[in-house]
Amino acid sequence: MTSSDHWVGRSLRRIEDSALVRGEGRFVADIAAGMASARFIRSDVAAGVIKSIKGPGYTSVDLDADGVGEIEAVLHLPGFVKVSQPLLARDRVRFVGEPIAVVVGRSPEEAEDLAEKVLVDIVPDGESIVHPDNASTNTVVEGRFATSGIDAALDRAEHLVEVEIISHRQSALPLETRGATATFDRRTRRLTINASTQAPHVVRTAVSDLLHMPEADIRVVAPDVGGAFGQKLNLAREDVVVAWLAVQRRGSVAWIEDRAENLTASWHSRDQRYRLTGGFSADGRLLAVDAEVECDVGAWSCYPVTWGVEPLMALGELPGPYNISDYRVRAIGVASYRCPVAPYRGVSRPVITAALERLMDTAAQELDLDPVEIRRRNLVTKFPHTSVTGVVHDEGTYVEALDVAAEHFDFEEFRARQAAALALSDGSGPLLGVGISTFAERTGYGTPVFAKRSMGITPGFENVTMTMDPSGFVEACIGASPHGQGLETTLTQLIADQLHIDVAQVRIVHSDTDRTPYGWGTFASRSIVIAGGAVQIAAGRLRDRLALVAAAILEANPDDIVFSAEGAQVAGTDIGLPVSELARIAHHHTDRLDPGTPSGLSVEASYDPAGTFSNACHVAEVEIDSETGSTRVTRFVVVEDAGKLINPMIADGQIRGGVTQGIANALYEEVVYDDGGNILTASMMDYLPPTAAEVPDIEILHLETITDATITGAKGLGEGGAIGAPAAVLNAISDALSHLDLGINEMPATPDRVRALIRVREENR
Amino acid sequence: MKPAIFHYERPHDIEEALDLLAEHGDEAKLLAGGQSLVPMMNFRLARPAIIIDIGALAGLNQVTLEGDRLSIGARVRHCELERPGFAGPLGSLLARAARQVGHAPIRFRGTFGGSIAHADPAAEWCLLVRTLDADVVVASAREAERTIAAADLFEMTFMTSIADDELLTEVRLPWLTDDWTTGFAEFSRRAGDFAVVAIASAVRLDGGRVVEAKIGAAGVGTIPVRLPHAEAAIIGGSLDPAEVEMAAEVARAEVDPSGDIHGSADYRRDLVQALIRRALL
Repeated sequence: MTSSDHWVGRSLRRIEDSALVRGEGRFVADIAAGMASARFIRSDVAAGVIKSIKGPGYTSVDLDADGVGEIEAVLHLPGFVKVSQPLLARDRVRFVGEPIAVVVGRSPEEAEDLAEKVLVDIVPDGESIVHPDNASTNTVVEGRFATSGIDAALDRAEHLVEVEIISHRQSALPLETRGATATFDRRTRRLTINASTQAPHVVRTAVSDLLHMPEADIRVVAPDVGGAFGQKLNLAREDVVVAWLAVQRRGSVAWIEDRAENLTASWHSRDQRYRLTGGFSADGRLLAVDAEVECDVGAWSCYPVTWGVEPLMALGELPGPYNISDYRVRAIGVASYRCPVAPYRGVSRPVITAALERLMDTAAQELDLDPVEIRRRNLVTKFPHTSVTGVVHDEGTYVEALDVAAEHFDFEEFRARQAAALALSDGSGPLLGVGISTFAERTGYGTPVFAKRSMGITPGFENVTMTMDPSGFVEACIGASPHGQGLETTLTQLIADQLHIDVAQVRIVHSDTDRTPYGWGTFASRSIVIAGGAVQIAAGRLRDRLALVAAAILEANPDDIVFSAEGAQVAGTDIGLPVSELARIAHHHTDRLDPGTPSGLSVEASYDPAGTFSNACHVAEVEIDSETGSTRVTRFVVVEDAGKLINPMIADGQIRGGVTQGIANALYEEVVYDDGGNILTASMMDYLPPTAAEVPDIEILHLETITDATITGAKGLGEGGAIGAPAAVLNAISDALSHLDLGINEMPATPDRVRALIRVREENR
Repeated sequence: MKPAIFHYERPHDIEEALDLLAEHGDEAKLLAGGQSLVPMMNFRLARPAIIIDIGALAGLNQVTLEGDRLSIGARVRHCELERPGFAGPLGSLLARAARQVGHAPIRFRGTFGGSIAHADPAAEWCLLVRTLDADVVVASAREAERTIAAADLFEMTFMTSIADDELLTEVRLPWLTDDWTTGFAEFSRRAGDFAVVAIASAVRLDGGRVVEAKIGAAGVGTIPVRLPHAEAAIIGGSLDPAEVEMAAEVARAEVDPSGDIHGSADYRRDLVQALIRRALL
């Protein structure tokens, strides 16, 4: 017997939560208490030349004098515009909120007082070209793809359907803002950084490169991290400045970002515009897609994923879950005098999905087809499926998820209610609508996929070291860096099943570069697949080592050793030893083992898969108040196939959180700049995440497709909720307005925007 | 997001508070529930040199009916007005408006008088005070009591005619007899947000005919306003839907909002029209 699903598949309470719900979590700001406090002086001008900086005790060009490096986040692709970003703005500023100088006070209050005394004279200028290396255009990355048959396919199509989708700029808005502490130890001359990050090893590499210190002299720890959603994947220039200050001062310095800084100068996302032409056959088959994608990527390229990440993901993954054999796309990233853009949960896929799903519904309306039916005719049914851009989809349940969702939602019942509401309405009652979104979510991809991106560094693998100590407890040190995903719990469940031990005997060590193997952190829905696979391999190896010990003591062949909750036994006998005894022997009585048996119980494993696809169908029901234009999501159904669920409760939590952020994108959240590049949404008065009052109960059903794309059977689902929900909501609003021949292709679909559409109809009536 | 340095005083009686105000004038700021002031100080949009915390003052925390006036003490918390303890058109109006003020924790700390003195153009209490022609009572070391009519109170966003050395002590609302009908309708982006637009109304009927009407709007300018044309449009009528619709259209034309990120000027006009209907019907 190798393993059994005793723990896997159970909605075990999260191991992480006991401390968190008691207020015993430890975040960067807890560690920062009492430390000297850094405060950044930031630009209040979008674009201009720094003429002078005056004031007591600030640091700016001192970094240059010390030889501190610049951040270069590059893709090795033709036409990619490479920029070199100083940690603090030098000579000119490129967005409101860009850090120019830094002061250090004894407390955050004093630091803020000191910062006010530093006066920066900036002469605004109207230069339209953001970076001087980029001679005549603000396009900094451009991708093109076309099949040879695209023009013929478009000619052949009986219906050409066009949609233009606008996604306004968003913020990932983690509950905990960014922040870091750095401490220089005078004895060891080592630097310890506690950072609110998703990727501690990447921070270590970056600090090493920029400050010219060996990585061995740097320890990066991500303590409890209060949400990240991609915003803490890329290097924070402020973190590096804090590290440099600690080295200079031979002491400790902390920086805790405030909410205004987070909304203004942390990363933004998804400021995108898509123009799609779909060529459909008479019976509603999507023969070809011709697309233009434009992403405003802000003022700088983010390290390490670069400012190519949004447009190039759109290019590669736009065909989605559909059989599309001809495709042409031009996807560009355009620099601007706005906050730099970085991935946010789903990266481009929420907008990709919105674009494709609005295309589907628009076509369904023009062809007089049911929205379920048009999708059924186009979804991939044969697996593995290689998309037109070469992306391989492992087995999934694209049509099945749609059918289960449609049945669970009960369209017939809804259409009757919708018609009744419309008939009753004197024009002032609510309009009801339903919207579907089907999508496939690429997850758990390792080096093979990242290598195609041609990044300056290629992430992907996951290494694990696992040790059973003499007391029989297992410690797994992982390269992933969970920050809310419940990975301590789910990995523990996987390990406990491999070793037939209690979950209480497992410890997951993560997010500390002194204790964990080099790794890439947690992002891109990778960790349950890749770290999960790596710990499963490692635990199997550890079990084999225990079998060697048991075989020696029980005088049996290792192949005849079987494991159960009682420990190791010789198959077919009642001779056995508990695991705790084997652990003792492996450390304390190696004299009793066969010569050549390795001492101790440490193993390593590594896993680097090509990736998998989970899939889902979302159905949103909305009520629109036609007089105020406001939309309430009244029902939300998710049918998800994420393969084997290690912990269904945690999987459902990921879906609920993602759907909530998707509803936020669809209806509420928007970063707004004025024409002068000033940000108008720098506080929670103006940037509006939905609250519990705005989010309905989310009904979740699961399908389970086990493929050999992952060794645990689990497919990732960290981003799916956020990917599918905006499209479902936009389609639902459009459905509710269909009797007015209106649809909405802009998100967030704010009350003002929805009302403006309706008003035009009323005025023309 | 930490406040600038300030000096803190916590007087125990009104005289002491007024003396402190007289001494420090515009350097000082009164702290009651702190639900607007403290965030503004954290943003350093407000940087008073002296905070005078009136949380320990005796009194100013009662709601009492005095003749034909309902007196609400400045320190009465929003939550206390959610269930004001008396019925009738005024009680229901107060209760409906109170429930629109922020979230439960805000209503638990924030005060009625603080909201009015703060003069946010979208605040529910400012709208009510203006709509009902309340009297706002202030005190200072110079003058034991001065009454400001609501029409003269609000000057601009966050600005009132209350002098720097004056303390708002109470607000006197006209008691509404049972021949009045009141309404309150608000639209906000999310539960608990400030109103994008809010409408308050009080209408007196006699023999089925409207004989007196007070309609106010918030969110259409820098201060809450009355809508005299809309009021005139319903007087003499019977509040039937067609008449109300006409008044709503009059109101739409009467307001002159400017737009911001939460709503364009056109959108705010749409809201005025829709919310008047909801307040009156």
